Amino acid sequence: MKKIMTGNEAFAYGAYLAGIDVAAAYPGTPSTEILENLSKYPGVYTEWTTNEKVALDVGAGAAYAGGRALVTMKHVGMNVAADSLFYLSHTGMKGGLVIINADDPAMHSSQNEQDNRQYARFAKLPMLEPSDSEEAKKSVRTALEISESFDTPVIIRTTTRLSHSLSIVETEAEPAPKVKSEPAAYERNPTKYVMMPASARKRHPVMEERLIRLAEFAETSALNRIEPGDDEIGIIASGVVYQYAKEVFPNATYLKLGMVYPLPAGLIRELAGRVKQVVVIEELDPFIEEQVRILGIPARGKDIFPIVGEFNPGLIRRCARSAGLLPRPTGQAPAVTAPQLPARPPMLCPGCGHRAVFYALQRLNAAVFGDIGCYALGGTPPLNAMHAQGCMGASIGLVHGIDLVGVKDRTVGVIGDSTFFHSGLAPLINLRYNNGTSTVIVLDNRVPAMTGHQPNPSTGNTLMGVEAPVVKIDELARGAGLTKVDVVNPYDFKHVMDTIKDHIKSNEPSLIVAQYPCVLYKRERNQPMTVDVEKCNECGNCLRIGCSPITKIEGGVTINSGLCIGCGFCATICNQGAISLPAQEGVTA
Amino acid sequence: MKKKFDFLFAGVGGQGTILASNIVSEVGVRCGYDVKKSEVHGMSQRGGAVESHVRWAERVYSPLIEEGTADFLLGFEMLESARWPHYLAPGSLVLVNNHRVMPPSVNLGQEQYPTEKEIESILTAAGAEVLWVEGAAKADELGNQALAGVVLLGVLSTKLTEPAEVWEQAVADLVPAKFKELNIQAFRAGREMAEK
Ligand SMILES: Cc1ncc(C[n+]2csc(CCOP(=O)(O)OP(=O)(O)O)c2C)c(N)n1
Repeated sequence: MKKIMTGNEAFAYGAYLAGIDVAAAYPGTPSTEILENLSKYPGVYTEWTTNEKVALDVGAGAAYAGGRALVTMKHVGMNVAADSLFYLSHTGMKGGLVIINADDPAMHSSQNEQDNRQYARFAKLPMLEPSDSEEAKKSVRTALEISESFDTPVIIRTTTRLSHSLSIVETEAEPAPKVKSEPAAYERNPTKYVMMPASARKRHPVMEERLIRLAEFAETSALNRIEPGDDEIGIIASGVVYQYAKEVFPNATYLKLGMVYPLPAGLIRELAGRVKQVVVIEELDPFIEEQVRILGIPARGKDIFPIVGEFNPGLIRRCARSAGLLPRPTGQAPAVTAPQLPARPPMLCPGCGHRAVFYALQRLNAAVFGDIGCYALGGTPPLNAMHAQGCMGASIGLVHGIDLVGVKDRTVGVIGDSTFFHSGLAPLINLRYNNGTSTVIVLDNRVPAMTGHQPNPSTGNTLMGVEAPVVKIDELARGAGLTKVDVVNPYDFKHVMDTIKDHIKSNEPSLIVAQYPCVLYKRERNQPMTVDVEKCNECGNCLRIGCSPITKIEGGVTINSGLCIGCGFCATICNQGAISLPAQEGVTA
Repeated sequence: MKKKFDFLFAGVGGQGTILASNIVSEVGVRCGYDVKKSEVHGMSQRGGAVESHVRWAERVYSPLIEEGTADFLLGFEMLESARWPHYLAPGSLVLVNNHRVMPPSVNLGQEQYPTEKEIESILTAAGAEVLWVEGAAKADELGNQALAGVVLLGVLSTKLTEPAEVWEQAVADLVPAKFKELNIQAFRAGREMAEK
C-alpha cells in the first residue's frame, strides 16, 4: 500500500520494521518527530534522554548488550555527543547501532550552520544519506545491516527538507513480534571495549581497515548507482539535493549516492569516464567535491553553487545558467521579485511566563547571557533583553567568565529547565566550586517548549507515558552547595523584581527558579483582558512587553480577544489601571 | 495524466495551513499522482509565517516548487498571500482568505498593513488571477475560525477535476474526528461559494 509520510515518520517506520529494540534521543528540530513517532509502535523501547551524549551512551550500552539501538539528534547535538562517537568508532558493538543525524541548512531552527558529513570522515564512520521518505524507511534496515556486519556505528544523515517533507512510502508486512529471550551473559572483551592507550592503539588500525572494506562495499552496494544520461555533464549528488538536480538537469548522467562516506572511487572514475565534465551539487561544504579532486578528477562544485544555506531547484538553475551549464533564458519577462512586506518574526506567546522575567531584566537594564530555548525570544524587540546566546548550556559558564573580568552592568545568566538538565548542572557546580558570584535564573516551564513539549525531568512522565519523579532544580542547586536559592512565580511581578535585585546585589553564587508551566502545554485560558481607553495615557508600557494581542490604536491600545489568554501581565504593569483583570482569580497584581 | 499541479500554501502559525496542505497531498495520492510536500515548521507555533508546498504529477522529484511555476496559491491570511508572487506561474490562481492577522511591527504602529488593492496588484503583476474568499466570515458563521482553510479547499476543489467525494473523504479522514461534520460543512460551503 502507498502511504504519504514525512521523512521523519518514514525513519520511525523503518526503525520499527528493522526491529530496533532501544531508541534514545534528546529533542531537536528537525529530528524530534522520529522518536515521537517511533514511541507509538509496539515492541520498541523509546526514551528522551537529558542530552545527546547521554542518548548515544544509552544506545551504545544497548548495542554492547547485543540489542539493536537507534539514537537521533539534530546537527548541534552531534557536537555534544561527539566524545562518545569517537570511542564507539574504536570499540564497535556486539549488536547494531544507528545514529540519525539531522542537519539544518539555512538554520530554519538552529543557532549555527554546520555540515555533519564531516563527522563521518572525522570519526571514520560510514554515513548514508537517503533522498526521499521511501529511502528513509529503507535506510534504517540497511544501516543496521552495515552496523552488524562491519562492527561499526552507522550514521544516517538527513536534512530539514528531507525530515519535514512528505513523499510516498510503500508499506510493508508487519514484522514478526519479538520473542523475549533469556538475557545472555555480558560479553567481556577488555581489549575491544576498555579504551586505554594500549588497547585503543590496537583498535585504530582495525578502524582504518574497516574503512577500506566499507569503501569496497560502497562500489557494489545498491545505495550508489550510475544513472546513464547524455555525455555533457555527470552530476554527483545525494539526499534531497539529488531531487532538485533531477528537476533542473533531467537528462544528465548521474552518480546518485545513497552512501556519502566512504565514497566509491571506482564509480566516480566510471562517471568521469562517461562525461565531458563532472559537477558535484552539494549543500554546505565541498565534502564530496574535495574527495573527487583528490582522485585527480577536475570536478566543479563550489565555484558554481553556494557554500552557505539551503538549495532549491530555482537556485540550482540560476547558478547553472551563470556558469554556462545551462543556456541563459532569451527574451523572457523579467523575474518577479519578493515584495517588501512587514515580517512576522516568532515572538513569546501570549501568556508566556518567560515574558515577565525578561521585562524585569529590561527594566533593570541588566546584561543578560542566555541559552537556547523559547526564552531566546526574550532577545527580540521590543523586549531586547538578551545580550549573548550561543549554544545549550553556555549561559552559566559565560556569565561567570564575564563576572570574573567584571563589567559595569548588572549581569545574569538565564537558562530553561530542559537546557538546565541538558548541560546546566556542570557549569553551576563549577560556579559554586570556584566561589563565583553570578546570578542564574532558570526559566522553568516544565517542558522544552521550543521543540514541542516533550516530557523532561520536570514534567512528571516519560516518552512512553510512564509516571516519573519530578527532579527539582532548586534542590539540585542547594545540593551543589548554593545557599541563595529562590523559587518565584513570574506573575508575582513585584516579587520577581525584588528577588532579582536582591540576587544581583549579593556576593555569592545564586539561583532563581521562575516557575510557570508553558501556556501552550497547559492550554488553559482565562477571559481576555479589556482596555479602558479613557484611563490610558499612552505611556507605551504595555507595548514594550511584546505581547501580540496588544495593538496600538488612535488614543490608546486595544487587545485582540481571540489571541489574549488573560494572563493579566499587561494589567500588572499598567500604571493607569487602564487594563482590567479578568473576573477569574489566578493572577496576583 | 501528464499534467502537473503545484500548490503553494501561506498562512500564520495556528491557522491550519499544514492540515489543509496535508489534505491536498492526500487527495493527490488517492487520485494516483506521485505527490511530494514540503514545509518548515519549528518556530511556527510562535505566531510566525507558515509556508507549505504540495506537488502532484506523474513523477515528482523536488519537494519544493520552483519559483515562477506554482499553479495555485492558497493564502490563509491576506498579507501572507502577498509574500510569494515570485513563485507564481503566469495564469496561476490565488485564493485569498479575507482575513488579517497583524504582524508585531504593525501592532506597534511602526509599519502599515498593505491594503487589499496593494495585495491584489502584487499578485496580478505576477500574472496571477486573484479570487477573494470570505473564508473567515464563513468559518465564523459555522462557529470556528479554524475552518476557514477548509472553506478555501472547497473553492479549490471546484477548480480541479478530481471528484468531490475524494476531497470530502480526505477531509473526513484527516481532521480530528469530533470536528468531522463541521469540516465537511465548511468544505461544502466553499464549493457553493465557488459555484455561485
Ligand atoms: C545541543 C542541542 N540540542 C538540541 C537543541 C534543540 N533545542 C533548541 S531549544 C530546545 C528546548 C529548550 O527547552 P527549555 O530549555 O526548557 O526552554 P523553553 O523552550 O521551554 O523555553 C531544544 C531541545 C539545540 N539547540 N542544541
